[in-house]
Amino acid sequence: MSTVNNQARAFKALVDWLRDALREPEQFTLGYAAESSAFVRFNHGKVRQAGQVQQANVSFKLIDDGRHADLQITLSGDPEADVQRLSEGLQQLRETLPLLPRDPYLLLNHNHWQSNNVQDHPLPDTEQAVAEITRAAEGLDLVGFYAAGPISRGFASSSGAFGWHQANSFNFDFSLFHENGQAVKASYAGHEWSSDGFARRFEQAREQLEFLGRPLRTLPPGEYRAYLAPAALEEIMGMLSWGGFSAQAIASKQSPLQKFYAGEAHFSPNVWLTEQVSGSLSPAFSDEGYPRDDLGLIAKGTANARLINSRSAAEYGLAANGASRYEYPTALDMQGGQLEQKYILEELGTGLYISNLWYLNYSDQPAARLTGMTRFATFWVENGQIQAPVSTMRFDDSVYSLLGSQLEALTRERELLLSASTYSQRATASMLLPGALVKRLTLTL
Amino acid sequence: MFDFHPRLKQRFAALRTGAEFFSLRYVCESGQHLSVRKNVAEPPSLNRDEGAMLTVRVNGVEAYAATNDLSQAGLQAALERAEQHARQLKPHALLDLREQAVSSDRADYFSPHFDQAFPPLSDCYQLLGDESAAVPQDERLVNWQASIGLTQVEQIYLNSAGAELRQAQRFIYPALDVTAFDGNDSQTRTLGRENFGQQGGFDVISRCGLIGAGPKIADQALQLLMAPNTPQGPRDLLLMPDQMMLQIHESIGHPLELDRILGDERNYAGTSFVKASDFGHLQYGSSLLNVTFDPDIPEELASYSHDDDGSAASKQFLIREGLLLRPLGGALSQFRAGLDGVANSRACGWNRPPIDRMANLNIEPGDQSLEQLIQGIERGVLMRTNRSWSIDDARNKFQFGCEWGQLIENGELKGVVKNPNYRGISAQFWKSLRAVGDASTSQVLGTPNCGKGEPNQVIRVGHASPACVFSNVDVFGGDA
Ligand SMILES: [Zn+2]
Repeated sequence: MSTVNNQARAFKALVDWLRDALREPEQFTLGYAAESSAFVRFNHGKVRQAGQVQQANVSFKLIDDGRHADLQITLSGDPEADVQRLSEGLQQLRETLPLLPRDPYLLLNHNHWQSNNVQDHPLPDTEQAVAEITRAAEGLDLVGFYAAGPISRGFASSSGAFGWHQANSFNFDFSLFHENGQAVKASYAGHEWSSDGFARRFEQAREQLEFLGRPLRTLPPGEYRAYLAPAALEEIMGMLSWGGFSAQAIASKQSPLQKFYAGEAHFSPNVWLTEQVSGSLSPAFSDEGYPRDDLGLIAKGTANARLINSRSAAEYGLAANGASRYEYPTALDMQGGQLEQKYILEELGTGLYISNLWYLNYSDQPAARLTGMTRFATFWVENGQIQAPVSTMRFDDSVYSLLGSQLEALTRERELLLSASTYSQRATASMLLPGALVKRLTLTL
Repeated sequence: MFDFHPRLKQRFAALRTGAEFFSLRYVCESGQHLSVRKNVAEPPSLNRDEGAMLTVRVNGVEAYAATNDLSQAGLQAALERAEQHARQLKPHALLDLREQAVSSDRADYFSPHFDQAFPPLSDCYQLLGDESAAVPQDERLVNWQASIGLTQVEQIYLNSAGAELRQAQRFIYPALDVTAFDGNDSQTRTLGRENFGQQGGFDVISRCGLIGAGPKIADQALQLLMAPNTPQGPRDLLLMPDQMMLQIHESIGHPLELDRILGDERNYAGTSFVKASDFGHLQYGSSLLNVTFDPDIPEELASYSHDDDGSAASKQFLIREGLLLRPLGGALSQFRAGLDGVANSRACGWNRPPIDRMANLNIEPGDQSLEQLIQGIERGVLMRTNRSWSIDDARNKFQFGCEWGQLIENGELKGVVKNPNYRGISAQFWKSLRAVGDASTSQVLGTPNCGKGEPNQVIRVGHASPACVFSNVDVFGGDA
C-alpha cells in the first residue's frame, strides 16, 4: 500500500495531467476515494474470515457547453497505468457529451476553495488487536467484525478547488450472545486503540450480558412507556435520513418529513438537530465539490434548513449548501436534554428499556409512520428495576409521536456513534445522539 | 470479451507461494445509469471497475487479499499479504479447512444475447424521454422518472487445482415511477426499479413493459390518491409476483442461508428461526409450497454455471410439498454443517469475499389461473408491488407494505385501496398458503439490492414466482 502522502501526490499528478489535457472550454471535477482495510470477522470468539482490501477510484465529471457526464474509474495505484485509464475515461466522456441535451440544472461551483485535513494516528497492529479480542472473548460467544486502516478522500476542479481528507480509523463492532440466544451489542471504535479502553468497553458489554440470563418475558401487543438508547434512536434517525431532509425529496413529495417541512407537523420543542460537519469525521467538502456548511435542520421542534445539492439549487432556486448527490446527512448531532443517565431507569419507572432497534421501514411514509423490531438487549423494567429481557417485538408508530407529543425527555449525556457500514467502502458517517424517554410506544406483533 | 484472460493466466502461473492452495478471482465491471426526470435528462452515470481477490489456504486456514493492482508485482504482493494473514491468524482460526475439497472445473458462461450490443446512449435517452413525456399533464402529478440501469460483468476464476471459470454477464434494470400529491397525501406507483431486473439485452426492456407505460402508471398513481385506505382486519391475501418476490426473499431466502444458521451473521444481518436439525424434518409451509434454487433460467438475475468458489450450480428443491429439505449453503458451509446445499457462495465484487447468498430462489407454479385464484376468495385483498419491508433478525415476525391494493369480495375484484400493509410470522405464514397460480401468473423478477455480510455486500438475486393466496392474514392501511 502506498503511503498516504504518496496517495495525495498521485491524486495531484492526475489532476495536473487532466488540467493539461482539457481543451477550452471543457471543465472537470475529480473526486477521489481510497482505502486500505484489514477486515476480520469473528464467530464463536474465533476468527471466521479475514483479509485485506486495497482500493482506489476517481469520480470524473466532464463538462462542456452545458452538457456533462460522470464516470467512476477504479485506479490501479501505478501512476502510468492510471494516467492511461484517466485518458481513456476522458475520451469516453468526450464521445458521450455530444449525445446529451444541455442540462438546465447544471450548476458549477467556481470558487477555488482549499481544504486539507490529515489525521495519521498510528493504527493498531491487526495481529495484536485480534489477540486482545480473542483473549477477551475466551469462554464467551462473541461474534463481530473488526475493520481498520487509512481512508482518503479528495476533490479537485478545473476552477482550482482542491480538498484532501485522510484519516486512520478502526471499528470493532461486536455482540456477545448468551446461550439462551439473547445478545448485547457494543462497539469500540476510533483512532487510537488502547488496550485499557478496549477492556473497559468489553467489560461493560459483559456486565449487561448477565441480565440477559434471566427468564425471557413475552409482552402482548399494546402501548408501553419506553426508553430508546442512543443506538436505538440512531436507527430512527438513519431511516429519516433517507430523503427526510433532502430538498429534492421534499419538493417532489417523497420525503417522510414532507408534512414537517410544510409546517403541518412538528416535533417536541426539545428537539434540535444539526448536520454538524465541522469537527466530525466526514470530509468538509461534498462529492460534487462544495464546501459543506453546518446546518440547523430542526430548531425547537420545527423545520429549519434542508440539505441542498447543486442540482436542487438550480431546479428549485435555492442556495446550495454542500449536500451530497443524494442529499443525505452524515454528521447528525441532536441536542441533549435534562435527563441524567443515572436516573434513566428511575424515570422510566415501568416499561421497556430498548438498547437497539432493527430493520425499520415505513407503514405510511407521508405520515412518517415507522415500523421496526427490537433487537439486542431489550429489558422489561418495573419500578426502576430491570426485571427480564424481552422477546423480540415489533413497533409501529409515527415519528411525530415518538419525538413529538409522546417525547418525555432526552438524556443529558450523548453517545458518538460511528458508522460501521462497509458497503463498497468504509463509511465516515457518524451521529451524536442522546437517549429518548417516550410516554407511549405502540407494539403490534 | 475476456481480453485480460491471457495476461491474467500468465501472471497467475508466475505467482509464488508457500500455501497449499490458492485462487484468484478477477472481476471487471462496467455500467451506466441513465435517467430522465420530469422531462429533463439527468447526466449519465458511468463506471468502470477492475480488480482481483487472491485467496490462500495455509495449514487449513484461509485468508484473502483484494487488490486494484493487477500487475505481476501487485498480484504477488496481494498473495503474500493473504498468506501472512493466514499464518498470523492460525492460532485464532475458527475453521480447519485442510480436508475441504476444491474445484478443478473449467467452463464459460454467458448471459442471453450477450453478443448483441445494447442500444446506444442516445437511443436510450430517446426512449426514456418519450416515456417521461407521455406522463399526462395534471397538477397532482408532482414527480416522475424513467430510467435504465445496465451493468456488465466479466469474471475469471483460476486456482492452483486447475480450475478455470469464465463468466460474461449483462444485467438490465428498467424503471418508471410517478408520484401524485393532493395537498395532503402522496402516492407513488412504480414499474420495475427494485423489483424487475434481468440478464439479457434490449429484450429485458421490452419484457418489463416500460415502453408505453407512462400514462398507465400515472393513472394508477392518481387512482391510489383517490382510493380509501386498506381496511383493517383478517382477510385472504392474494399476492402478485412483484410482492411474492419480497415475501420469498425475506421469509424463506434469508432464514435458509446456512451461514446465518451457523451464526456468522448474528452481529449484522441476523440469525434464523430455522435450525440445522430442521432439514428433512420441518414442515415449512402447506403442501402447495415448492421452493427451488434454480440457476438455469437464463434471464433470471442470478443464473450462472458456477458460484464464486468454483462450485457447479444446478437446480435443487429446498422445500418440496412444504417439507424443508436443503439450506442455501455453499461448499464451505456444507463442509462446516455436514449438510447438502447449493452453489451459492457469492461475492458482490473483487473486493469482497464470497459468502452464502440467495442467488435465484423461486416458487414453482401451481395449477390455477389468476381468475380461479380470485374466484376462490370470498373476502380478501390483492396486493402488488412491494414498497416497505421489515422483519426481525431471526426472520420470523414480518410487516410488509405494497403500493397497490384491490379488494376482493365474493370471488370478484373490486375497488382500489391505498397503503396496503400486512403482517405475520414466517413460521406460520407459509402454512396458510392456500392456492398457487399457474405458469401464466408467474414472473421472473429480481433485485440488485440484497444486503448482507461483514464487510457489507450488496448483491443481485433473482426470484420467479406465481401469484399466491394466503388465508386469514392480518391486513391494514395507513393513517392519512
Ligand atoms: Zn436480502
